[in-house]
Amino acid sequence: MALKMNKVNPSHFDKSQVKFYVFLVPLAIFMSLPIVFIFNHAFKPMDELFAFPPRFFVVRPTLDNFYNLFSQSNLSGIPISRYFFNSLVITFLVVLLSVIISSMAGFALSKMKFRSKGKLLEINNLALMFVPVAVMIPRYLVINFTGITDTYLAHVLPALALPVGLFLIKQFMDQVPDELIEAATIDGANELQIYRKIVVPIVKPALVTAAILIFQQVWNDIEASSILVTSESLRTLAFYMNTLASNTNVVAGQGVAASASLIMFLPNLMLFILLYSKVMNTMAHSGLK
Amino acid sequence: MKESKRHLYFLTPYALLFTLFIVVPVLMAIALSFTNFNSIQTPNFVGFLNYINLLTQDEIFMQIVLPNTIVYAVIVGIGGYILSFLLAWSLAHLTTLPRTLLALVIYSPSMTAGVAMATVWRILFSGDQAGYINSFLMRLGAITEPVNFLSSGDYLMPVMIVVGLWSSMGVGFLAMLAGMLNIDETLYEAGAIDGINNKFQEMFYITIPSMKPQMLFGAVMAVVSTFQAGAIGVQLSEANPTPRYAGQLMVNHIEDYGFIRYEMGYAATVSVALLLIIYGFSVIAKKIFIEKEA
Repeated sequence: MALKMNKVNPSHFDKSQVKFYVFLVPLAIFMSLPIVFIFNHAFKPMDELFAFPPRFFVVRPTLDNFYNLFSQSNLSGIPISRYFFNSLVITFLVVLLSVIISSMAGFALSKMKFRSKGKLLEINNLALMFVPVAVMIPRYLVINFTGITDTYLAHVLPALALPVGLFLIKQFMDQVPDELIEAATIDGANELQIYRKIVVPIVKPALVTAAILIFQQVWNDIEASSILVTSESLRTLAFYMNTLASNTNVVAGQGVAASASLIMFLPNLMLFILLYSKVMNTMAHSGLK
Repeated sequence: MKESKRHLYFLTPYALLFTLFIVVPVLMAIALSFTNFNSIQTPNFVGFLNYINLLTQDEIFMQIVLPNTIVYAVIVGIGGYILSFLLAWSLAHLTTLPRTLLALVIYSPSMTAGVAMATVWRILFSGDQAGYINSFLMRLGAITEPVNFLSSGDYLMPVMIVVGLWSSMGVGFLAMLAGMLNIDETLYEAGAIDGINNKFQEMFYITIPSMKPQMLFGAVMAVVSTFQAGAIGVQLSEANPTPRYAGQLMVNHIEDYGFIRYEMGYAATVSVALLLIIYGFSVIAKKIFIEKEA
């Protein structure tokens, strides 16, 4: 009887799975409504934005809102491409560097032996609860003191140490068997080789997941642009989109705001789709049992 | 023993940045919380005055902001965590393709953080009869007059909770799903032989104990993301303080005192209180989690 229960991670469809679909599908549809709305609203022409009663779906899609978004940016003197370039460079640097330093620290904390290890782990676990907005004032003072205010570094350096990223990577590294590392040590590999050739390839799913996490924080971040830099040319796309979106109370501005939301959301979505399959594929083949 | 120093090469880059941008600001917040600081003059030491004021003088904090924060954290944090787990668990029982598609849809709201998204919510919850949700409810006949969702204060907290729950299936949800799929199948078979005969026994005796790292990670993520999203009330109502303080959370209270009134010392005191509350939540989460494990 027990063997007839529906299995976790089944390979075939079975009637017993229907009960999960019965609530998962309506819930997923309901949850996707706001996102479907952004897609529709961003493409609505003026008369549909003003339509009464308001209509959820777009009837005659147009690119007017995107055109308005881009022409507004031209008025302010700095082309939108500049904000986009800033966001791209900053996000790339933060994701890359953060994954490197977090995985290095994770390796030391998970697989190396030294006296203060337990203490350091405890401190990082405590810092998991760290909410940057809670201490934004002293953070600003520290960053000001280091002299990196109003440079790209103001965007990059404070974002690099992400306790959650380190925690995640370290948790997964703990599942790498110590025997593997001992065997490599006997074969003459040093720590750097073990880290690069053995541990990093095995924990790739964790690195990818950490990268998604960091990407989302940096890509959506507006704090650095609004507090830490004063030059308009150093600000990011998220900041620019937000100033646009929050200045638009009139109905005509709604379409612009929705198109701005869509532009911010799409890279997140696409990257996630790409990396999701990688996470799951790597998980399935990583043999972490 | 030359090996004993090697770990420093791996640790130093992270440790330096961690100290500078996390440890030092927290210590500074604690130091500033004992001072009177207007951001221009040198801070002067006032002892526990700020803390005494917070507990005895700040009626808005004790009567509104603190209860708001607790209500929001309990419903969105704990509720969102349980929901994440149950959804991950249900998804784990589907075949790969539908599971991937549904997980994608359920996860995607958590990617929409930011003020731009708040603008979209403002359009949906707009308080006149041209607002999408008002219009929909009126056509259904559920209401006759448009509801002032965001600016009256009556419905701001429920709307914040809806938005918070909607976007709470984040990375913790993914980690739990991945952890569940990684559980050794033979464990389930062994469990079945040992007399586990329903899904709930399986969940409590096999699934949860087998994915401890992901369960704990999910709990931590729930706590942090709940408090990080705390600014949402101000974004939705476009006012700090929010109408009748209805959506005022501690994060907004810090902003109110720090950046609007320039009472940095007092703002730092609220920061320290917030950090203590977050810490309290995580301690409770760990306790509950360890009991589940036993």
